[in-house]
Amino acid sequence: MRTAGIDIGSRTVKLAILEDGRLRAARKRENSFDPLAVCRELLDGERFDRMVATGYGRHLFAREIAARTVSELTAAATGARWLLPSCRTVIDIGGQDTKALSLDDSGRLLRFEMNDKCAAGTGRFLEVIALALAARVSEFGALAASAAGSCPVSSTCTVFAESEVVSLIARGVPRNQIALGVTESIALRAASLAHKAGVFPDVLFTGGVALNPAVQRALEARLHVAVQVPDDPQIVTAIGCALLAASSPADLDASPA
Amino acid sequence: MSDYHPMWKSLGLDLAAHDAMLQSVGQAYQETFLSQPNRPEGMKYFDFVISEVHGLRIKELLDAKAQGRKVIGSYCTFVPEELILALDGVSVGLCTGGDFALDLVDQVLPRNTCSLIKSAFGFKLGKVCPYIESCDLVVGENTCDGKKKAYEIMRRFIPNLHVIDLPQVKSEAGKGLLLAEYKRFAAKLEELTGRKLELGKLKAAIVTVNAKRAALKRLAALRQADPAPISGLDALLVSQVSFYDDPVRFTGAVSALCDELEKRVAAGQGVFAPKRPRLVISGCPMAFPNWKLPAILESSGAVIVGEESCVGERSTRWLTPENGNSVDEAIAQLVDRYLQIECAVFTPNPTRIEYAEQITRERKADGVVHYSLQFCQPYQMEAGPVVEQLEKDSIPALRIDTDYSREDEGQIRTRVEAFLERLHA
Repeated sequence: MRTAGIDIGSRTVKLAILEDGRLRAARKRENSFDPLAVCRELLDGERFDRMVATGYGRHLFAREIAARTVSELTAAATGARWLLPSCRTVIDIGGQDTKALSLDDSGRLLRFEMNDKCAAGTGRFLEVIALALAARVSEFGALAASAAGSCPVSSTCTVFAESEVVSLIARGVPRNQIALGVTESIALRAASLAHKAGVFPDVLFTGGVALNPAVQRALEARLHVAVQVPDDPQIVTAIGCALLAASSPADLDASPA
Repeated sequence: MSDYHPMWKSLGLDLAAHDAMLQSVGQAYQETFLSQPNRPEGMKYFDFVISEVHGLRIKELLDAKAQGRKVIGSYCTFVPEELILALDGVSVGLCTGGDFALDLVDQVLPRNTCSLIKSAFGFKLGKVCPYIESCDLVVGENTCDGKKKAYEIMRRFIPNLHVIDLPQVKSEAGKGLLLAEYKRFAAKLEELTGRKLELGKLKAAIVTVNAKRAALKRLAALRQADPAPISGLDALLVSQVSFYDDPVRFTGAVSALCDELEKRVAAGQGVFAPKRPRLVISGCPMAFPNWKLPAILESSGAVIVGEESCVGERSTRWLTPENGNSVDEAIAQLVDRYLQIECAVFTPNPTRIEYAEQITRERKADGVVHYSLQFCQPYQMEAGPVVEQLEKDSIPALRIDTDYSREDEGQIRTRVEAFLERLHA
């Protein structure tokens, strides 16, 4: 069976297609004001028997384009276990959410924690701060890594943190030190959620922010355990959906709309 | 429906704002309640009450006032309704379940105040609550620090305010304080009504309120059945209405509803299909018209089978003995009854968790959703230990901290869905 998983996140839409237990396609596209159009573009020309959707746009998608839905948490746990069968903890930092999941030996979701209705410490936070530092998000990790010491950023609110960063720049603090400070504040928040949910090795770090190696290192320093990042950390939740699609009831068989 | 605008105008309401509010509550009611499947016939009474919530019921209050009775409004289950009824007063719970006139509220309260307190001020400052404007006396109570200090500010806008002090520890000294405060409240009511508290009338009032609570307990017990004969939303609505409806008429309506539900249970009929995930809510009160979390829970595929809450079983669990031989003895019995309420303002408060676990087992619930309002220190503080204890006792628990705004509905829905998936994994 060929199954599709679509993860309609606040910043990026991800599509994974699995067949015979192998990943056949993994595609991403930046989200827009019209998530359905982005989904349709992403699905264009794809063939599959069943599809499961997750992410903020899942209910809209399920209504307009037939698919079963699942929460991002179950999808992330499923995808993480497929990539790393020994995984017991997942830390996922996406565009607007930070999630921490703890799983039992068999991969069942034990506990989960999510950030409040606040973008602090999420991918969006990183984007806003990168802009204030005139750095590309893709370079942010390298910039932070180049700093000898970090300049603490105390604000946890995206808006206040941005103005704090602006005032640090005005005080002449080198931008790589600010970048490292911001990195550490992101890791601090995620680690605190992870501790609440329970941290058991192996720890897998997923979501767009996991593309940033400085956050990975800062998380390891905070959690005192190795934190692994898959080759493509953004696609994990979509893979989870595609796996769940294979075990979903047949009455929701979907075809690309 | 009659045109109540002249009545509302005479009460000093802001008519345009009030019309807009009624329309928005009406629309929410339509979407949340009337669209539910398989509702019991007995809910029609409550639909009618809601449709006339600012109409007929207010007219009743004004008619009672014209006959020399006094209307006493309150915000908390610690205010003993029995004393009010014994002095021929009309007791009404005042609404604190919706955001209103936040711009005006922000001028007098800190922004990091819980939604419930803000709501009490919003309805007053926005001039949209005919209940509060009908009151001869408004009764506050020193529960949490937020309310305690808020009443000091509220006095500016509501001069006819009486605040009952409450103990924080369930000790002999605490009981002594509550007894003194209930006696002071009784004296205040005697002064207001010009009547004397008599044993016969007090016992009759205790019987009336016991009957109301017994009917609500019967309703709660019927929710043990699978499939549940009534939705959690409808059961919550009944609890919400209990605070301002006429107690005798309300008891009759709840009893009729229970008769119908008993037949449903016997016939194996429910509002939803059997084996739907069953949840208990524990935490802050959900005052009218706060339906946000239960609406998300039930539209995500769960059914709520109990509320460990002041708008729920925390206000109905205990009845008062009806055998007092003197006014003093009857008041002491009321004190014993009310001091059992498991509000998070008490320290310590261990029996609250025990009861949440008890009803979870009795109702065969699959998990507990702990609900606290943002900035509600007592319940937010208790949430950690409560959730920990539940999980330790193998009861899955989900903690939700939120407010009356709608902006976090997406995030809450994600958590709720993940929690339900966890229950069925």
